[in-house]
Formats: sequence, structure tokens, C-alpha cells
Amino acid sequence: MPKYMLLNYLPTKGGPAPEEMREQHARWMRYDQDLKEAGLFLANDGLAGPDAATTVRVRGGETQLTDGPFAETKEYLAGYFLIEAPDLDVALEWAARMPSSSYGSVEVRPVWGQA
Amino acid sequence: MSSNDAWRPAAEPVAPAGPAAAVERTFRAEQGAVLATLIRHLGDFQLAEDAVQDAFAAALAAWSEDGIPANPGAWITVTARRKAIDRLRRERAIADRAARLAELARLDAQEHRPEHGADEGGEVVDDRLRLIFTCCHPALAMPARVALTLKTLGGLSTGEIARAFLVSETTMAQRLVRAKRKIAEAGIPYRVPSGAALPGRLEGVLSVVYLIFNEGYGAAEGDRLVRGELCGEAIRLGRLLAALMPEDAEVRGLLALMLLHDARRDARLDADGRYVPLDRQDRSRWDRGRIREGLGTLDAAMALRRPGPYQLQAAIAALHVEAPRAEQTDWARIAGLYLALGRLSPSPVIEVNRAVALARAAGPSAGLEVLAPLLDDSRLARYQPLHAAHAELLRQVGDREGAARAYQHALSLTGNAVERAELERRLAELGE
Repeated sequence: MPKYMLLNYLPTKGGPAPEEMREQHARWMRYDQDLKEAGLFLANDGLAGPDAATTVRVRGGETQLTDGPFAETKEYLAGYFLIEAPDLDVALEWAARMPSSSYGSVEVRPVWGQA
Repeated sequence: MSSNDAWRPAAEPVAPAGPAAAVERTFRAEQGAVLATLIRHLGDFQLAEDAVQDAFAAALAAWSEDGIPANPGAWITVTARRKAIDRLRRERAIADRAARLAELARLDAQEHRPEHGADEGGEVVDDRLRLIFTCCHPALAMPARVALTLKTLGGLSTGEIARAFLVSETTMAQRLVRAKRKIAEAGIPYRVPSGAALPGRLEGVLSVVYLIFNEGYGAAEGDRLVRGELCGEAIRLGRLLAALMPEDAEVRGLLALMLLHDARRDARLDADGRYVPLDRQDRSRWDRGRIREGLGTLDAAMALRRPGPYQLQAAIAALHVEAPRAEQTDWARIAGLYLALGRLSPSPVIEVNRAVALARAAGPSAGLEVLAPLLDDSRLARYQPLHAAHAELLRQVGDREGAARAYQHALSLTGNAVERAELERRLAELGE
């Protein structure tokens, strides 16, 4: 089965209020469980915020470090799910079901070299 | 690219009965169905398309030599499959090469037993429907959906599609390649969606077909002949969909709408190529055949008793073509249909049209009443048709100053030369 990476982007401002966190957490747990029960789950991680990021470039043999993410954006990469799905329609369905899809956005990328 | 179209006969002197004409005819009639079936067998858009192109190229030589076969479509189908086998043997990099070759060889052997020849009929229909849904998949950008639908299901070459959309052939070829690559890489499925997903996806398919039609009907710029072909291609796709999904009322509604608009296509331009508005068109130039088919299709759609936006728009178009003279148009019913249409899919475009219809039916004040809330909406301050209609109705109630102001405002919003000339003419008339 083809593999898809569901990249979870969240807005730098906005999103759920702190008092909604418990409810949000329960929804993520359920999503994770549903994916596993459907037999499509491969891997998942959440990432520390862009504040913790360091960007590395090697130019002319020299390593340059920048404190922070590669680019300032309104949305940042907050985590990913790697799933298996029979086709794009199924992958898109699971992207829409991701709890953050209603306030962030989910980029669906097929793993390279499957075509 | 253009090399794919190399088999196509030169546009100039071709005897209508010759092999080149037979290839051309077969291409237009069968290309979509042959390609659709081969895509299912191969699971690969590009390979299938290349093989079908190979088959048509071979047809030109073979038919000149041996004569035109009794069933050209079947000849192309078998040859395309063999060409796909050749390509699979050559291109070792293709994944699952062995499995695909085995499947094709099995099909090829089956085809030789005459009792299996006729069996394909039922499946061919399904394949073309699958192909339409794949080409119109919402994961593809709208221009890619339009191009891919025209190229794979229509009978136009890449160059013709490029000319119709006013882009270079290279740009159009790249757009097509990119779309096919995305279908393969992203795993866009080759199937008709089922259950809850179907209505939304079908709506998307219909909007692609209608966009193709409007692109041809707009005719504001570009090659008029090619644009006329776009209308023809859209109607062909509409007929195909209506045949494949006979139980869907909106599919028929869209076909009826396109036919009834297309009936008036030639009458929309005068001898000098200038635009002629509906009420001043020479009604004897309307295409009676198209009108008959359009009205019949609309009746069949409404008999299914599931009204929708395309059927309502077709019903409005029907009331226009049914009036023997412009003054006899049933504006009260048209206004009622716009009201129903606005309830289904609210939009300022529909409200402006309703105001104009109501003004014709019940006087300009009734129309102005409908426009009032739209004029208060700041989001519509730059919507040109609203201000043009407002001006016209103000003129009719005798408010020349207000009308002049509204015409000026509408003029400041239009970039279209035809519209501009018409508005300037009306503004000048105010002073007389």
C-alpha cells in the first residue's frame, strides 16, 4: 500500500484556548486509536515549537547555524503522521479527520518513488 | 507535445473517405473509450496515453496499405494494447513490469476468442466514467482538470487546447504532464466515488464541463473557431455523462442548459463580429435542432423530480428561446425561477438578474426594490453588473441624474471593450 505523510501545520496565532486542551487531547488520542484500528498507522510524532529550532546550512564548506526556523511563516510544522492508504482519497479523508484540520492545515505528501 | 499528434493528418486537402479521414473520425469517436479501458488495464495514465497515440500513428500507415478495417475502434483497442506490451518490454524501469505484462498478455489472448469480443461493451462505459472522475479530481488545480478532461476524453490535440485557452503549446503540454505525474505519484484513484462522496464529486465534474463550455461561449478573445469547438466538446461530454448517469437530473439539466445557450451562439455576433444582446438577436438564426434537443433534455431532467441549479438555469434559457419575439418573453416566470435559484445557491449575480427580470415583468420600481439591499452591501461596491442594472432601472423611472452617476460608476469598473461601448452608448442616450 502507498505511504503518505500527513504534515500538521498550526497557526502561530490562534488555535484552541487553554481551557479546551483536555478536550483536544482526548480527540488526538481517539484519532491515533482510530488510525491504528483501521490498520493504516505507521508512525507519529509531535514536534517542539519553532522557538526550539536551529537551522543548519553548509556553504563553502562552512557550517552556518541560525537560531530559529528556516522561514518566518503564519503556520509552522507541528507534527506528522505517517500512514498507509490504498489511494489518495483515503489519505485525504484521514487528513480531514485530524483534530487540527479545523483551525490549522494538513499537507498530504505521498512518499517518493511509489508511482 | 506536438510529436504525439504527429499522426494527425494535415488540416488541408484530405479526401473525406480516405484513411486519414477515417483515422481522424475514429480518433474523435473512440479515443476516450479506448484510453479509458487501457488506463484500467495498465494502472498508468501516461503509458496508456502513449500506447494509444502509437496505435493511431500505426493506423495511418496500416489503413493506407491494407484498407480501413471493418471495426476501426476494435482495431485501435487491440493495437494500443500491443503497443503497451512493446513499451513495457522496452522500458525496464517500470515497476511491476512482469505483472502488468502478464495481465496484458492474458487480455490479448482472450480477445482472440471471438465469443469474448462483444463482452467489453458494458465495461467501456464504466471506464469512461472513471476517467472523467479522475480527470476532475479536486486534488488537481482547476486548469489542470480542464486540460486533462479535454485531452483524454475529448478529441482535441494539445495544440488546439492551448490555442483555446490562449497559452503556448509548451505551457499546455507541461500542464498536462504535471497533472498526469501527480495522478501517478499521489495515487489519485481511478474510480467513480461511491456513497456520500459522489454528489460533491459529481458537482465538481459538472462544473469542469460547464467551465469548458463557458470558455468557448465567452468568445471575448482568441480564435473563435477553436472556441466554438470548446462548446461542441463540452456538449459531447455532457451527452456522455447523461448517457452514463441517466438517473441524475442535474447531469441532464447541465446538458439542456448548454444546448439552449449554444443554440444562440451564432446569433450573438453581427456581420462585423460585434456582440448582439439577447433582445436584439435575429431569432431566425437560432439553431432549431439544438433548441429541440435542449427542451427535450430539460423535460427529461424535470421528469426525474429532483430540481437543481442547472435545471433552473436551463428553464430560464428555455423561456428565452421559446419567446417568438423578445417582447413576448415571460419575465414573470423568469423572475420566479431566479428566486428559486437564489434560494438554492445565493449569489449577487442571481439577485441582479432577478431584479432585471422583475423590472421587465412588474416595472422598474419592483426591480429597484430588489437591488436596494445589494447597493447597501459594501462588498458589492465594485461589482459592475449591479451598477449597470441600477443605472438602467433609474433611467426607466426617470431619475436621469442618478442614472448618469450609476453609469459612470459602472464604466469605471469595466475593462471589457464591448461592455464599455454599450454603457457609453446608454449614457450618451440619457442626454438626448
